[in-house]
Parts: sequence; structure tokens; C-alpha cells
Amino acid sequence: MNAPTKPIEAETLRHVRQPLPHDSGPKHVQGVAQYIDDIREPEGTLHVAIGQAPKARGRLVSLDVSAVRSMPGVVAVLTVADIPGKNDVSPAFGDDPLFVDSEISFLGQAVFAVVATSRDIARRAVKKAVMEIESETPSITVEDALARGETVLPDYAYGRGDVDAAVAGAPRRLEGRFRVGGQEHFYLEGQVAFAIPGEDGDIHVYSSTQHPTEVQHVVARVLDIPDSYVTCETRRMGGGFGGKESQATQWAVTASLAARVTGRPCKIRLDRDDDFILTGKRHDFRCDWRVGFDEEGRIQGYGVDLLARCGYSADLSAGVVDRAMFHADNAYWMPAVHIASKRLKTNTVSNTAFRGFGGPQGMLAIEHVMDQIAWATGRDPLDVRYANFYRPGENLTPYGMEVEETDTLHNLVRTLEETSRYRMRREEIAAFNASSPIMKRGIALTPVKFGISFTLTHMNQAGALVHVYQDGSVHLNHGGTEMGQGLYIKVAQVVAEEFGIAMERVRITATTTAKVPNTSPTAASSGSDLNGMAAKIAAGAIKRRMIAHAAETYGVPEDQITFRDDRVFIGNESIPFDELAKKCILARVRLSEAGHYKTPKITWDRQKGTGRPFFYFAYGAACSEVIVDTLTGENRLLRTDILHDVGRSINPAIDIGQIEGGFVQGMGWLTTEELVFGEDGHLLTHAPSTYKIPVASDVPADFRVALYPNTNREETIYRSKAVGEPPIMLANSVFCALADAIHSLDPSRPVPLNAPATPEAILRACEALRGRPMG
Amino acid sequence: MARDAIRFWRNGQPIEVSGFHPRTTLLDYLRLQERRVGTKEGCAEGDCGACTVALGRVWDGRVRYEPVNACILLLGQIDGAELVTVEDLAASGELHPVQSAMVAHHGSQCGFCTPGIVMSLFTLYHEDPQPLSRERINDALAGNLCRCTGYRPIVDAALDACASSPQDAFAQAGEATARALAELVDRQDVFIGCEARFFAAPASEASLSSLYAQHPDATLVAGCTDVGLWITKGMAELEKIIWLGRVAGLDRIEDGEDALTIGATVTHAEAFRRLGAIDPDLGELMRRFGSAQVRASGTVGGNIANGSPIGDLAPALIALGSTLELRQGESMRVLPLEDFFIAYRKQDRLPGEFVRRVAVPKLKGREAFRAYKVSKRFDEDISAVMGAFKFTLEGRRILEARIAFGGMAGIPKRASETEAALAGISLDDPSAWGDAMAAIARDYQPLDDHRASAAYRSTVARNLVLKALSETASGETRATRIIGLREALEAAE
Repeated sequence: MNAPTKPIEAETLRHVRQPLPHDSGPKHVQGVAQYIDDIREPEGTLHVAIGQAPKARGRLVSLDVSAVRSMPGVVAVLTVADIPGKNDVSPAFGDDPLFVDSEISFLGQAVFAVVATSRDIARRAVKKAVMEIESETPSITVEDALARGETVLPDYAYGRGDVDAAVAGAPRRLEGRFRVGGQEHFYLEGQVAFAIPGEDGDIHVYSSTQHPTEVQHVVARVLDIPDSYVTCETRRMGGGFGGKESQATQWAVTASLAARVTGRPCKIRLDRDDDFILTGKRHDFRCDWRVGFDEEGRIQGYGVDLLARCGYSADLSAGVVDRAMFHADNAYWMPAVHIASKRLKTNTVSNTAFRGFGGPQGMLAIEHVMDQIAWATGRDPLDVRYANFYRPGENLTPYGMEVEETDTLHNLVRTLEETSRYRMRREEIAAFNASSPIMKRGIALTPVKFGISFTLTHMNQAGALVHVYQDGSVHLNHGGTEMGQGLYIKVAQVVAEEFGIAMERVRITATTTAKVPNTSPTAASSGSDLNGMAAKIAAGAIKRRMIAHAAETYGVPEDQITFRDDRVFIGNESIPFDELAKKCILARVRLSEAGHYKTPKITWDRQKGTGRPFFYFAYGAACSEVIVDTLTGENRLLRTDILHDVGRSINPAIDIGQIEGGFVQGMGWLTTEELVFGEDGHLLTHAPSTYKIPVASDVPADFRVALYPNTNREETIYRSKAVGEPPIMLANSVFCALADAIHSLDPSRPVPLNAPATPEAILRACEALRGRPMG
Repeated sequence: MARDAIRFWRNGQPIEVSGFHPRTTLLDYLRLQERRVGTKEGCAEGDCGACTVALGRVWDGRVRYEPVNACILLLGQIDGAELVTVEDLAASGELHPVQSAMVAHHGSQCGFCTPGIVMSLFTLYHEDPQPLSRERINDALAGNLCRCTGYRPIVDAALDACASSPQDAFAQAGEATARALAELVDRQDVFIGCEARFFAAPASEASLSSLYAQHPDATLVAGCTDVGLWITKGMAELEKIIWLGRVAGLDRIEDGEDALTIGATVTHAEAFRRLGAIDPDLGELMRRFGSAQVRASGTVGGNIANGSPIGDLAPALIALGSTLELRQGESMRVLPLEDFFIAYRKQDRLPGEFVRRVAVPKLKGREAFRAYKVSKRFDEDISAVMGAFKFTLEGRRILEARIAFGGMAGIPKRASETEAALAGISLDDPSAWGDAMAAIARDYQPLDDHRASAAYRSTVARNLVLKALSETASGETRATRIIGLREALEAAE
């Protein structure tokens, strides 16, 4: 393995860098970790189900719910008329109604809600409504939206130089149209919220959300009460992946409105099929690209139009498509470049955040273009990638941010090339393919460079609340939410480290807007960076006060006081941590602190399309080998080697879990996970029976994952790097390996493969290369 | 006198439950009545496995644990079984070996699928000692979706915990549990409810046929892996349910010299090995059928009676020349399996008539069989195209071909044009195969749907003819398959 870019200094840490298990692990395995649907319901709790629009586009002429109301067990029917405040659950743009007023925008859209004594009754009752609708032909596809010219937000573009001239003047030119599919989150715990009404109109809502603050604000907005009347609490989610960033809100608001109207606790838990139909997904894109390059495959000009299918409303599409644009270069220098985007409006559910937030789509397009260049020049696809990597002097991104850490990716990829035996295996595969007419193998090694920070600058802040009690136990709270990614244990490690105490002393508590206010969503891979730092700041402030008190009491200089092994060492003597805590309380020293952190250095001028939107980049690379049955398109991933840069890991076990899980989720996105909408706007793949995420046997039997020894050049929490999203894009190697296998059928032709590479898509590409296009 | 309660064993105690709505699922019973909420609802259609619980029943004098999806299993169906849920595994503060391995290997992230995974691994832990391979674990986990971990740590936990013979409290109590379960067995009919709304579990064919004759509007349920979805997704107002699981004799497998006869309530799990003995491809098809949970509940008879247009198994059984035996009151009839399927979701079944058994002829010396399931995902998926071929050979010449496809029409259907085109052709002359491949287009005009396009289905079907012929000609599958290599399956036998 190559030497890391910087020497790593020795450090003595007790908890940080340790591969501690997830704090809820023992509870998970016993079934005692409490999710919202597991909370013991107070007597009289009611259950809510959603009445859905049966058409994708049109006008609601009349709604007759009399049969719904008369069903035994139905307590209330909620419509737009029951909303005291604004009929708006959107995160920003005011275009997501809680209930349809008149305009119907997608099939399944919430028109009304039934509140009943049981979930079963509520679900049966919604079917009894009678709706009269004047329907119109819906826009379902990118092409439908282009034809109508409908968008949810204005077009946006940036770049540098004259791309058309650069492409026209290049020795080689290619252009094409590449489609990238969407993805359903399929968090195992579906959307759920439970609202309990309090006095004076207070609402306490338990929500499976990545963004408790937004839930709080939107509940208040819809109920027309101050934010301070609403508390949103989230102990854990059964998975989020972005699907509960903005789109958990509607259900929390529905439960809260039901609680307000009935005065009773109200719960809503979407059925899985309804969850598929009612909540947004990863955006699918059509990428129209053109590239000019030399015989070495070096890009001279790259232009891409990223046409995103946003669904019926803006939701988070501003940022999602921006991030697709920010990653349209991936790791490659482009002398002349133009990146344009359209946020197209279709009559489908509003697409939303999904791990990577648009980045994966923009990045896959350029990886596809790298392969196209390789096919055109006959060079090895990895060599084409090397030829285009950012390097000193050629390190300015299309959005004007300098890539300062150019050596990391280069060294990382070189290392992986060696450890995966990429070159030798490519030869072995060529020999195999030469003697195998039906089964074809393919290999690809692809890099990832992913920008870390919210691209909306103000969101890069976090708060934490730490209390030390007289017995030396510590209460930890912060604005980040736990969705399985291990944020809570990582932050607890930071706090335990700060105080030099055992992990058991740190009590992790549920995220709530009542303890830490005005937070950002747990998203953009930022959870540990932001909340870890805020918690360290809070704990550090308490520690400094404890040190000051000890210094004063014992007459010892502050720099001779240290916290370790659950004791405080004061000069030549030591006392237990809890003893110092007690002394502080008696001396009226405050042992509670609210920490706040904001990410430094970042700036972004969207108008000018320039700045430093990211604090730093996270890097990784993967090498995947596949086998394809060219008679059926069936395929299997045989081996994957991953080398990934998490800086200096706070918890390597948790980080490896994110890398492996992200890779497999990305593999699903690019292979078996296919969203199919009917012409009328019905989502036809609305359940796990028809929408296929990876199962255990899809994971490569030979799966080698390693952390790249690196540090973060920026001052992040313990010099770690964010890890939530980047690994998704390691799966680009699987897609490119599948294309490589197909390419062996006729190396003189490009492979017309779009994502997802389902068996059908693969067979279609195989037949095209055989010169007998399929149907 | 019929029994008006179900009885099952739980935490070392007998439990009786009566007066429940016939369509109450086991999951709703657990979460809403017992208020044991460790078992999760992920999809309510038997595909994600978050609701997996274990049922113990006595086989050959020993308690055997099988995983089932509680979300689509009716409460009534656990009559006579031991019910084990995730809360029951840890004993006096000590985690069960599969639980501690899951923690140690970082096998949970969000934790929502974890209870189901723990229960699937619990049943694997209790399986007969055998070499525990990664493949075996993948099979055991095929019905458990995890969206966080990428499965690697879960498989490692299984390798760690499930390799040795079971020594947990359940193994120690095995004999006592077997005795207790034996005591729950009676020959009494079960009837819970009234004439207008009931859950019934007749104990004999005679009781079944008279009850069904009285209530031809009742819904027959064997494994409930499909009817369960009518309840949880279709919100079907099923009021009368007759469960076949206690009917004596319907669970019988007769392994004759010429045919394997499978009673209507034989589960896929039980039929698995016997079918696999007929041909390795049939065993591989069974391995990929649904998931461990679905195979433990779902029945061969139910899969046929239900008449799914895809029905992964039916094409294979039709190609083998299987026959179906039906009973209505006292009258019985036998018909070729392909004749049972009339049109999409329409079968040749009279009011009050039920599937009694299916007879699967065994292969004779000169017969070659090949079956191919083509789906988006290898495991726990429904085929886009399912093709099955039986060739009767004379030397290197095909005397007769019997071919059936699923996914190519509204019903599982024979490929008569292709069969005719293959009669008499030589396995040594691939140039003569083209006519047969082209004939597929005359046999089937498949539809576009969310699983596949018509063009894909037609192309695959044509290519499967080629594949079946080349494999039969070469006797090898190494160069034509990714999984289910016959060489490996035969070596494992």
C-alpha cells in the first residue's frame, strides 16, 4: 500500500477510532429497540389513513365522503377545509399541499384523511369516498414534460470556456443520450408519525424523520400555532436514506392535524404500497452529453444537459439537481465545460433526497462518457480515467472550486489497481471471453470524488446539549438523527473521549426540537462532522469550567489537569470524575452547555456559479468484476474491491458498515431496482414483490473493503471524513463492468446500456451489439 | 364436536385463543393483542421478512423450527405449533448465540429488519448439522431484506453462530416441547365463529368436503402466502376461511417408482428435496421459489389451485406431464395439469371442489429435463419468463418434446408449435434448431408489463430453446449458466 499523503501523528485515544458496536445493537437483536409504531399507545388513540387521488392530473370537482363518515369506527374525515393554517407541507417552495384543494398533480396524491378507531377501519373507510374528477392527460416522462415545457424551478447552468468550439476543435468527438433511473428508498420502517395533543393547543409529535425541526415548523404552519407549541421527537428511524428528509413531514402534519381536530392521540403508519405511491424517490435523469477529446482520451470539452424528472413539485429538487451538476465532473479536469440542468415537472410523486442527492446521477453520466471515450479510442477505460484526473495546475472544478487534495485520489486508485490485480484480471477476462461464446465477463475500476457540505451554506450548522450530573453520568443530545448510520455512537464516542470517561456514562437521548432547536436535517453526509463538533464544543466548555474549578481548588495550573480513565488528574493526585462533578455543583459551576458549530471556509454564489461550496472532498474507488449471460441478460457480481477514504475514522466498524451498505444500495440502484410508471401515472412497481432491492446472494462472494489511510487536511472532528453518501457511487464500477462484459461481444461498437442495467436492459444491449435489435 | 379455539405452545406454556376474526394475521395478533412489538411489519406481503417468526412442529419425533412471515400468516394457522418470536430468545439477560453474533459482527444498523433476520438465523441455527456454506446462509436469508448493511456482516454472524449444533434453551427443552406439541394434536375439527363468519380447520377430507359443500363461498387457504395479500393489500372482506392445514392425508407425499404424488397441503419446503431428486433443475427451481419463509408456508397445491399466470412451478410440472386430482363432495376426477388452467386467473375448478393432489411423473432413462427461471433478481423474485423442457431422446435425436412456459401468456402454457418443430431433430446439428427457436413466436404473444417487455420475453424464450438444446447436446452447463450448474448440483447429491 502506498504511503498516505501525510504522516499520521501518534495519539492516545480511548474511544475515538475504536470499532464500537452500534449503541442500539443489543436492543435491535432482541426486538426491544423502540420505533414509533412500538410506542405503547394511550387509551383512545386513533389511526389515520390517506384517501388518494385516482387520477394523475386534473381537477377535483367534488368529493363525497358521506359513506366514509358513516362507517362504524370512523371518528373524523379531514379535508382541506379542516386546515387552520396554510395548506402547505413543502420544505421551501410552497407547492406541496397537505390535501388536494382543486388541482390534482399525481396519482395517489392525498385528497383527504380518515381518522378511525383502528388502522384497519381507517384503511377500509378511505375506499368508500366518491370523487368526481375532470382529468387531463398527465406528463409522466422527461419527454412529456419537455413537450409541455413544464418545470418546477428555473433552468440553471454554469461552465467555463467555449465548449462548442472545444468539442468541434477536438481530434475526436462523441455525443449521446444516457438515461439514469430513479430509486425507491425502501427504508424497512415505512413512514410513521404519532401525535399527542397537549394543553393550549400544544402538539408533541413522534416522527420518523431526518428533519425534526422542519416537522416542527410545518406542523406549526399548518395548524397556525407558534413553533414553540410544537415538539418533534425522533429516537430512531428504521432507515431513512434521504426519504425522510422532507417527506416525513406530511405524515407528521397529518397526524398532528388529526390530533388537533379530535383532541385525541393520532397515529399514521403508511402501508408499504402506499409508501411507495405517496413518497418521492431518487430523481431519474436523461443526460444529453457531448465530448471532445484527443487520441489519449483526454477531454478537451464536455457539455451535458441534465434533465431531471422532479415529479409534481420542487421539494428538494433545487439542491438535488445542483448536486448532480457539482458531480458532473467527478474526478476529471475539463478545460472547457458547460453543465446545464432542467428541473422538469411531471405528474408523478415529487422526487426527493436520496443518499448522494443527485451526485450519483451526475457522476454516473461522466463515468459512462469515460467508457465511451475508451471504446472510441481503444484504450483501457482505467487509463482514460487516469488521463483525465485532476492534477496540480489542472484542478479547478467547473464551479470554480479548487481541488486542493489532488494526490489522494491518484494514489488511492493506483493502490487499488495493484491490490485488485486489475491489469492481470483484465487479461484473464479477455482470455475467458475469447473461449466463452455465451457467458461474458467484465471488469471496471471507477473513482469517486464527493463534495462534503450542504450546498445551501446556512444549513452547515449544528447544535448539541450536554449535561454532566452529580453522579458523573452525562446526558447527550444533539440535532442529528439516528437512522442506523451510527451517528449517535460516534458522537457519544467524542463526548466520552472529551471527558475521559467510560462510554457507559454517556446517555444517548432522543433527538428533540425542545432540547436543540433550529437544526438542519441529518443529511448530506454531514451528521458526524456537524453534530460531533457541536457536542465536542459543548463538552469542551463544561470540561474547561471543571478544570478551572479544580485548578482554583487544588492550586494546580490548568495545563496540569487532565481527564482520563474516569478520573481527573490534578497535578500529582487524582479524583474520580463524579467527585469533581459534585464539587463543581457545590461551587455553583454550571455543568450544562449548548454547543454550536458552523462549518468554516465555505462560500457559494449560485448566481455567478462560483465559489467553494464544499469544505472538502471524500474519495474512494471500487473495482468490480461481473459475469453476464448474453442469452438472457442475467448477471452476477463476482468480486468487488473497495478502497475508501474516510480521513481518520472515528469508528472504523461503523464506517465500513456505511461503505458496504452504500455500495450494495448503489448496486441495487444500477441493476435490479427499476421503477415503472404506467402511461396513466400508476406506479406499477409499488411493492417489494415487483421492486427488487438486493438480497444476500447479490452481494459479491468475494468482497474486499479497506479504509485508505488518510487524514482530513481540514479541521474536522478528529480529522475524519464524512461517509454516509460517497460509497453509493462506488457501485458505478458494477454498471461499468456490466457494460465492459457486453462490450466484448463487439469491441468496435459502443454499448447502448442505460441504468438500471436490468437483465432486460443488458440483453437489449447485447442484441444491439450482435446487430439484431430486440423489439 | 368441533374445537372452538386454537391451541399453541409459547414460552413453555400452552395457549388457547378463540373468538378472533378469521382474517386476523399472526402479526396483528402479536402486535395488537399480545402487544409484543419486537416483530415488525415491513411490507405486509411476505417479501421483506421483518415479521419473521419461527414455528416449531414435530417431525420424526423432533421439533423442527421453520421461519414464517407473520404478516400474511393467519393466526389460526399456528394451531398445534410452538410459536417463537424475537423476544423469546434471550434467556435471563444473556443474548442468544445468533443475537450476540449479530452484535459482534455489526449486523444491525437501523435495526428494523433485525428481529426478522435474527429469527431466520434462529431457524438456521436449529437446522440439522451440515456444512454451513455462504450459499446456504444466503438461501436462509433470501426472504429477509436489509437496506443498510449490505448483508456481509449478517452472513459473517451466521457463519459464526450457526455452524455448530444447537445448544440453546430450545434445544435443551426439545424433548419436553415435542411431548407438549404431541399433546396438542387431536383429530378434532376446529371451527371458530358462526355460520356467517368463521375460521375452520377440518381434520379430515370428509369434514372438509362437507363443510365446503355447505359453504362454497368460503375461501380455502393452504399456506396463505397469496390469500394473505388479498387481506393485507386487497382489504378483501373474507368472512369464511377454511384452512386445509389440519386435513389428515392431504399432507402426504407418495414417492412411487414412476411418480411423485404430492398432497395439496405439502409445503414447498417439504416437496423441495423430493422434487429435486427427480431432476437437479427442479431442485434449483425450488431453492429459488419465494424464500425460506414462503416455502415453509406455501404449498404446491395452493400454488397450482391459485392459477397464477406466472406460477414458477406449474410450467415445470406441466413439462413433466403431471396430473391433478380434484374432489367435490364424494366425486373425484383427474386431469392433465395444463388443462386446469383455462384463462388468466380462471381454472377448471367447480364450486365446492378442491385440489387433492398432484402426481409428478419421474423421468425415464431416455428423458432429459431442463428448467430455467429468468427474473430480475435471482433470489426471491417471480420469473419474467419461466421455461421448462422435457426431451424424450432416441440416441442423439429428439423423439418428442414437452415444453411449457410461464410468463408468456395469461396461463402457464404448452409450446405446441415448438414441440412439433423439435420432433425428430438431431442434437448434433445446431443448424436445424433455428426452426424450433422461431416457432416460439407462433406459440406465444406475450405482454408488456412491469416485469419485462414482450420483446424481452420473446427473445429470452427463443434463447432458452437454444440453451436447452445445447445443454442437452453437450451434457454440460458450465458454459451456459451463472447459477444452478447441474454439474455442481449433481456433485452435491
